[in-house]
Amino acid sequence: MIPVLTAIAVVLLGAAAVAMALRNLIHCALWLVLAWSALAAFYLWAGAEFLAFAQVLIYVGAVSMVVLFAVLLTRRLPDVNPAPPPPPAGGGRILAGVAAGVLVAGVVARAGLTSPLPAAGAAPVLTTRRLGVELMGAHAGALVVAGVILTMVLIGAVVLAAPDSGDAPEGDS
Amino acid sequence: MSPLTVCLLISSGLFGIGLAGALCRGNAILVLLGIELMLNAANLNFIAFWRFGPSSSSAAGVIFVLFALAVAAAEAAVGLALVLAIYRHQRNVRLAEAVRLKG
Repeated sequence: MIPVLTAIAVVLLGAAAVAMALRNLIHCALWLVLAWSALAAFYLWAGAEFLAFAQVLIYVGAVSMVVLFAVLLTRRLPDVNPAPPPPPAGGGRILAGVAAGVLVAGVVARAGLTSPLPAAGAAPVLTTRRLGVELMGAHAGALVVAGVILTMVLIGAVVLAAPDSGDAPEGDS
Repeated sequence: MSPLTVCLLISSGLFGIGLAGALCRGNAILVLLGIELMLNAANLNFIAFWRFGPSSSSAAGVIFVLFALAVAAAEAAVGLALVLAIYRHQRNVRLAEAVRLKG
């Protein structure tokens, strides 16, 4: 049980760390696909199959594609702006960011290691049918709200990303 | 070490990686991806406590993660639309240069 979890953890944390450290955005997105797949494997390992498939559909499928499209759409054409100033290295900021990450992770991990954890009960069995009944029964209101949120997000994203009607065709602002 | 402890360690590590990425990268897309990693760490915690917690007859953990997934997908869509809007106005997506609203 633990060896499988350790393997998943190595892939997950390694892919996430590599993705956050690389410069090339396309490579970052591809490494994140690996990390999200490892998370789906974790869900499968923990017995939440529906979540694993939802994770694959939403993250590995949709979010990664949206990220790749955003990278492609915001890529600077090589001949339009010949010499973009390279961003400064910002060693202090990188150090501060990594230090903050390590600090927060250390505090949370220490809390997880030292606080009394509940004893594990029997492995929960959750069929997709029961999940659907719960969603449409006790959590139907939340499901409707989630649908409304997603619709608003769809409209809002289109409005945000569409060019302003008063703009010149090639943005001059 | 119990599996729940290992899961908590993984989750805190993933959260730390996401936080470090969100704080020290200057690219708006990468900051968004760091936030997504932090949300994933929270989801991992939900599933860990659902699987190894005492009350094994409840589906609350899975349902919570489902709604968190929906909100995370919404956040990614709006965030990347905002990135495109920033790109239209300043021709790059570096957060350090997005100071148009600064007083």
